[in-house]
Amino acid sequence: MPRKRFDLTFPPRQATKPITYHLARDFDLVPNILRAQIQPGQEGRMLLELTGAKGDFEAGIAFLENEGVTVKPAATDIRLDDELCVRCGLCTAVCRPGALVMGETGDELVFDKDKCVYCEACVVACPRRAVTLTF
Amino acid sequence: MAKSWEEINSRIAAGEAVVFTAEEFAELARDEGVSAAAKRVDVVTTGTFGPMCSSGVVLNFGHSDPPIRMSRITLNDVEAYGGLAAVDTYLGVTQPSASRGLEYGGAHVIEDLLRGRSVRLRATSGGTDCYPRTEIDTWVTLEELNQAYIFNPRNAYQNYAVAVNSGDQAIHTYLGTLLPRFGNATYCSAGALSPLLNDPTYRTIGVGSRIFVAGAPGFVAWEGTQHNPNQNRDEHGVPTGPAGTLAVIADLKQASAEYFSAGSFTGYGVSAFVGIGAPIPVLDEEIAATLALTDADLTATVIDYGVARRSRPALGRVTYAQLRSGSIEVEGKTVPTGPISSLKVARRIAAELKSWVAERGFTLAQPLQQLPQPGTQGVRPLEIRTEEAI
Repeated sequence: MPRKRFDLTFPPRQATKPITYHLARDFDLVPNILRAQIQPGQEGRMLLELTGAKGDFEAGIAFLENEGVTVKPAATDIRLDDELCVRCGLCTAVCRPGALVMGETGDELVFDKDKCVYCEACVVACPRRAVTLTF
Repeated sequence: MAKSWEEINSRIAAGEAVVFTAEEFAELARDEGVSAAAKRVDVVTTGTFGPMCSSGVVLNFGHSDPPIRMSRITLNDVEAYGGLAAVDTYLGVTQPSASRGLEYGGAHVIEDLLRGRSVRLRATSGGTDCYPRTEIDTWVTLEELNQAYIFNPRNAYQNYAVAVNSGDQAIHTYLGTLLPRFGNATYCSAGALSPLLNDPTYRTIGVGSRIFVAGAPGFVAWEGTQHNPNQNRDEHGVPTGPAGTLAVIADLKQASAEYFSAGSFTGYGVSAFVGIGAPIPVLDEEIAATLALTDADLTATVIDYGVARRSRPALGRVTYAQLRSGSIEVEGKTVPTGPISSLKVARRIAAELKSWVAERGFTLAQPLQQLPQPGTQGVRPLEIRTEEAI
């Protein structure tokens, strides 16, 4: 069954239905929350992985959009600008899943795509603005 | 065995000096002993490349016709100091741009100048009889400036804190984003390659020392601000927290963007990564013993930045080898670590300085004046007083 990742943005005042429950019960989609930051009165973000049949995706996304949630396909890779990057390692400090780490010699970045949840913490942390997400 | 400065310099001048980086020297000392390493090697080179906020440049623009006595000055919309002579200024790296905020600042202007880009200079003035012009709007390049020199009041901190956050919210600091509940630990030192960690009591690095500054040959101008030789020290006499600092000077025209790189630290502000390297003469076995120390010997103190006070709680010491391993133990918890100071560029600086000394006759200068020594001064706090209390 296809699996896709979505980047969800919730408006600040959202009397949100339990969306993952509805996605599972009403649309037969298996939700897996990779990252979520939702606080009352603030814009919320969720990185959601859905597994299901093709038609169900479309219906599920329509449901989310109807609830006022902005749905975008999530990033699938990060790009590191070699010219800008000074290998300071600050991105590794904020990478919770441990996808970006300093290599064995301590002076090179190693990126493990499988561990990345595309949370953008590295993008924000990079003082050289050398990291970008790609879709 | 003892070598004099003169002996070492004559070997450098003849192209015969044996020069190792601090990492190479530590390996040699491990394999052959400190004594043999001290005998064989003349000079050890060091390097560091981290954000150093107390940095900036002195610039002289030359005079326009009619001339102007610039009092409010901006470069690419970043304010520079207008309280010097007519066309002199000081641009600090942390000054944010009026239009682009923290995404662009003094450090970015300097990097643009180093990359040969034109920078927009705008200035205003009240106008005087001798300087009638009241406004100027033009473009300048590094090449055209009369003088452009780096003058950094505080660089090359001798050791630094390891930052953690015990609080419930992520905080944005000059040591990066600290995740809540000890979610991460950041540190900022070149460790065994760091200039002042290799000369813990400032025997060979002092006022007048010839050093590597952002790719240019430069000098130690003075003790750096907040120079604190009285920091706690370990059994090797090496500080376990932020201690000595250097004020440095060098020609910006000979510097390189590779070793002077602007940075925007989210939620904190603009700073610059500055490359500093110092060559250390292997005068005797005492110096050699310190030069032989590795990341496994050098420690830093873990500080809780979740407490927003001047005195933040210390939560023990860890070695740089532990920090580089990717995680440390804090309060019984395994905490992932991340560096801020680039080891890659620090190694490149130590290697480049090695080639300056070994191949290009970069001789060493004995300090004209020692930096303040342990026992002589600490660092004073700023008390908040009212006029009535004076």
